[in-house]
Amino acid sequence: MDDALESRSIRTDLSGLVVKIVGYLFIGLFSLCCLLPFLLVLGTSFTSESAIKKFGFNFWPREFSTFSYKIVFENPDLIVGSYLVTIAITVVGTSIGLFLVAMTGYALQRQDFEYRNGISFFIYFTTLFTGGLVPFYLLVTQYLDLKDNYLAVLLPGLLSPFLIIMMKAFVKSIPHAITESAKIDGAGDFTIFIRLILPMTTPALATIGLFIALGYWNEWYNAMLFLSPDMKYRPLQLFLYNVITSADFVRNSAAASNVQLRDVPLESMKMATAIVATGPVILFYPFVQRYFIKGITVGAVKG
Amino acid sequence: MCVPAILFFIVFAYLPMPGLYLAFIKYNYTDGIFKSPFVGFDNFRFLVMTGDLWRLTLNTVLYNLAFILLGNVLQIVVAVFLNELRIKWFKKVSQTLMFLPHFISAVLIGLIAYNVLSYDYGLLNGILTSLGMEPVKTYSNAGIWPFIIVLTYLWQSTGYGSIIYFASIMSLDNEVIEASEIDGANALQRIRHIVLPWLKPTFIILLLFSLGGVLRGNFGLFFNLVGANNTALYATTDIIETYVFRALMTNFNFSIGSAVSLYQSIFGFIVVITANWLVKRFSPENSLF
Repeated sequence: MDDALESRSIRTDLSGLVVKIVGYLFIGLFSLCCLLPFLLVLGTSFTSESAIKKFGFNFWPREFSTFSYKIVFENPDLIVGSYLVTIAITVVGTSIGLFLVAMTGYALQRQDFEYRNGISFFIYFTTLFTGGLVPFYLLVTQYLDLKDNYLAVLLPGLLSPFLIIMMKAFVKSIPHAITESAKIDGAGDFTIFIRLILPMTTPALATIGLFIALGYWNEWYNAMLFLSPDMKYRPLQLFLYNVITSADFVRNSAAASNVQLRDVPLESMKMATAIVATGPVILFYPFVQRYFIKGITVGAVKG
Repeated sequence: MCVPAILFFIVFAYLPMPGLYLAFIKYNYTDGIFKSPFVGFDNFRFLVMTGDLWRLTLNTVLYNLAFILLGNVLQIVVAVFLNELRIKWFKKVSQTLMFLPHFISAVLIGLIAYNVLSYDYGLLNGILTSLGMEPVKTYSNAGIWPFIIVLTYLWQSTGYGSIIYFASIMSLDNEVIEASEIDGANALQRIRHIVLPWLKPTFIILLLFSLGGVLRGNFGLFFNLVGANNTALYATTDIIETYVFRALMTNFNFSIGSAVSLYQSIFGFIVVITANWLVKRFSPENSLF
């Protein structure tokens, strides 16, 4: 009897121990896999071009060099311009988009709004059936006439059905009685929304705002479609794309330095540009991560 | 209050829809949409004859199935293991690291892949040659790309996708866990008989929802990994989105591009309706309509 108890408790401990060990190993290794590629880019960006040519890309610089950063910062014009464009689009787009998403989500959650199901479906349907890329391209370039206009990047990212559904789910937790009593006190819908609902949904607004902002920050697709190379300053990720895919582009952007064209460290400059373009987001990200988690857990359950 | 949103979706989502009429004409720039000659189903015939439509459908669907199945399984594994860990800082740090790939742009993912795979300087060939093996020419070898793309996708989305499962485990009643421990269930039995069954509904619903998007491709991932015009890899890496993009931006063949999009939208729609019907049968409260 005692033996049986004894052996069972040992067995339990053993399986718990195995699960824990495997769990720590698995999660630890996977986390490492998520970190290492960034260190690879970082390490290569500090490696001299000759060492890259000899030994290839590596985590640890065999020959430490800040030459590529020097070139990037000596010709700050393009990258600073791209940064400013991206920051401007992100700030303006996020402010307007957030306000619209919040307003729409709130209105569609109002139980006394008779068209709410119809409009909800009208919005949701756009995720089921799309005109595809070609008509969208023609619409923006020929009918809205936004070729080479930053609005072509700003406007399409303002609203998304996914975020409106997320907002609806967030607003759901606010009792309808609050809206009703404010209405009895004679407040209009906009007053209620701006004075009551917005302050009560600050965490939701932070979450949705971050989703929109991240979308704008990483935006390169619409920029590539609608902003031609004639424009000097294009969003940051598109600038990075050009640096990665075009040696000529890198050489031209380094033209202001006193570097011979053939001496431009093409490979390490790609990495240095990537670090300069991505660094701020990665530094910022641990502080805002929890908002994203909240958004996903709320938005996952259908609003 | 909904007026701006309604206007937005009319302009950016509904106005382009009639543009799919392009699929039935032979579009040329001088005549514009309404004066170009009407050709009926010729564009579709062309896509079927060349075998393009079949290849694109196969690639898009197979990639998506691999993403959905492997992705969800890996996300569940990560969530279950995370739940077993007890060291607080380790949990926090690992979660932060695992979400990180989701927050960077597709452009940077392309660069990271190049860092690993480049023939001349890539880390992979660096390792291979130092072990005395032959370097591989990744960017001209179509056969290995499905693995590369699926692995990259899993690398990017597993941490992010595991959030839902992890939250679901968190909502599991502690009393049930305690009761099982009193009954003498060990860790493996607890995972097998309590945690996994608890995740089953979430898993099935997420699976069915993702199936609705089985004809939609992740353009950014494919475009940045494969490169804009690496024809050597099209056989295994060309999906609907990349094909339409080239039809528009490289070949200026608006009608062919629209024909593929129309086919994608109609079939995608049928798939979504079917998936939703399945969700309805499985769990009515989660169905979309």
